[in-house]
Amino acid sequence: MEVAVISGKGGTGKSSVVASLASISKNILLADCDVDAANQYLLFQPNHSEEEVFVSGQKAEINYDVCTQCGKCIDYCEFGAISEVNGRVEISEISCDGCRLCERICPVNAISMLDNDKSRLYSGTFRYGHMVYGRLAPGEENSGRLVSLVREKAKEIAKENKYEVILYDGPPGIGCPVISTITGIDKVIIVTEPTLSGKHDLERALETVFHFRIYAMVVINKYDLNAEMTEEIKQYCATMNVPVVALLPYEPVVTEAMVNGKSYVEYAPESIVSKNTLNIWKNIQNEIK
Amino acid sequence: MTDKIQKIKIAVASGKGGTGKTFVATNLFYAMQHANLPATIVDCDAEEPNVHLFISGSLEKSFEITQKVPVIDEGMCTHCGRCHDYCTYNAIFHVPSMHVIKVMEDLCHGCGACFVACNDNAISEKQSLLGTVSRYAVDATHALVEGRTKVGVYSSVKVIKSSIAEADADPFVLFDSPPGTSCPFIQTANLADFVVLVTEPTPFGLSDLKQSVETLREMNKPLGVIVNRAGIGNRDVYDYLGKMNLPLLMEIPFSREIALAYSKGKLISAIDQLWLEKFQDLYKTLIQQSWK
Repeated sequence: MEVAVISGKGGTGKSSVVASLASISKNILLADCDVDAANQYLLFQPNHSEEEVFVSGQKAEINYDVCTQCGKCIDYCEFGAISEVNGRVEISEISCDGCRLCERICPVNAISMLDNDKSRLYSGTFRYGHMVYGRLAPGEENSGRLVSLVREKAKEIAKENKYEVILYDGPPGIGCPVISTITGIDKVIIVTEPTLSGKHDLERALETVFHFRIYAMVVINKYDLNAEMTEEIKQYCATMNVPVVALLPYEPVVTEAMVNGKSYVEYAPESIVSKNTLNIWKNIQNEIK
Repeated sequence: MTDKIQKIKIAVASGKGGTGKTFVATNLFYAMQHANLPATIVDCDAEEPNVHLFISGSLEKSFEITQKVPVIDEGMCTHCGRCHDYCTYNAIFHVPSMHVIKVMEDLCHGCGACFVACNDNAISEKQSLLGTVSRYAVDATHALVEGRTKVGVYSSVKVIKSSIAEADADPFVLFDSPPGTSCPFIQTANLADFVVLVTEPTPFGLSDLKQSVETLREMNKPLGVIVNRAGIGNRDVYDYLGKMNLPLLMEIPFSREIALAYSKGKLISAIDQLWLEKFQDLYKTLIQQSWK
């Protein structure tokens, strides 16, 4: 079974919850789909038994020995990436989308494509099983495709090693990498917080999840920071037929655990936040049976 | 009127989500409004725009952002497969033996390569909705521009660029950036004169800060750092700032008072004079930093 934890809004504590769920399970395939800002490896220090190069896309480059400065590529580029700078046709690396149209239409074949090959896909073992994660090189694109590769690799390893659950730590937002994370999975857990922003982002995240027809449940983290807003979110979830499976209190042990390289369940198993997290895991287990 | 003063664009960003970008951007905006300094805030977090929860205004205009996508006329199509070969994004599904050809609109980037590829006049274009850009007047010299992508749309880049363009004529512009270090963030940072990175003093915060700094250094963008929730975690972030020679622009301690105000959609500078002054100082620091 594939379960993803997402949040819409960033910083709700999603990764800390995921790390604790992995600790409770004791035997899991953990995949970090937040390829922009992968963090699980910081806590679990997996051994990278495998490292693969991920080509995130291509960028066009002009060979000025051949270019006749005709400007045809400027007219064809839909991304506004090509312009005349000081009398010379130039391609902006930042704006280039890598579509290859300029390469194809150049009358003198002066444009070629270069691979963006600095991103990596890692897999290996850690103290509770196997881990897969991607790291998108700064500034590179196509995080959605890297997420798809993380998932493919995760499924492959899960099959080989007979894992019952694949747990994905999802990226923030509701765009391409999130869509790649949740497409075709079994369950989504949304970690939110009792703030106006948290609620607003939860609504958009749920809309996205419903769009792809996936079963969702909600966790309210730091619920005691604003009891009123927590009630509002609970009400909202009830009207949407979405269960709230855990309320987690704000506790400093969560940050302390992170500083000590542990999940909070490992660091403070007797804390309320740890005990309430058990409930999330029970819900996942019920789904397996 | 704006031609006589220097235009400044500042992006408030962070690698890690939820570090307090929106908190910093909205309070800074309020502090400037209070000091009678003109400002526009652009919500570039088009997937999850939240600035409107803190700053309200009356709607001045709103327009749709679209992208062209191909429409294939199956009667004209000879199933030569050229459009499929030209598409870098796998947005054209083609099974020649079955005479099946289909456009996957979700995957299309609107590059126009398929139009060029087709020799049979079988491809025409239509517009597909990506999102909206809205401009709200807060008062005579203050505005909020919001980009908002349609749910289910893959890329927010075009909506972000259009939102920033909408504020281009304004003298002082603040971008509330999308999180991360990939396309949406790059597009936002690229159009700013100075980038403020908001982080928190935890291992996750530091790891994501490093990635943002690397990206911005590669882009040659001047930047400074704000440490939010100071007091939690450890000192590693400060050691890193020293090592990398990065200016620490401000520290915001973790406090339940701030967290509670934020959770209700209230601005701490509107409640607490001390914070109003701190954000007015931040404005002065930023003006100086942008000059360098």
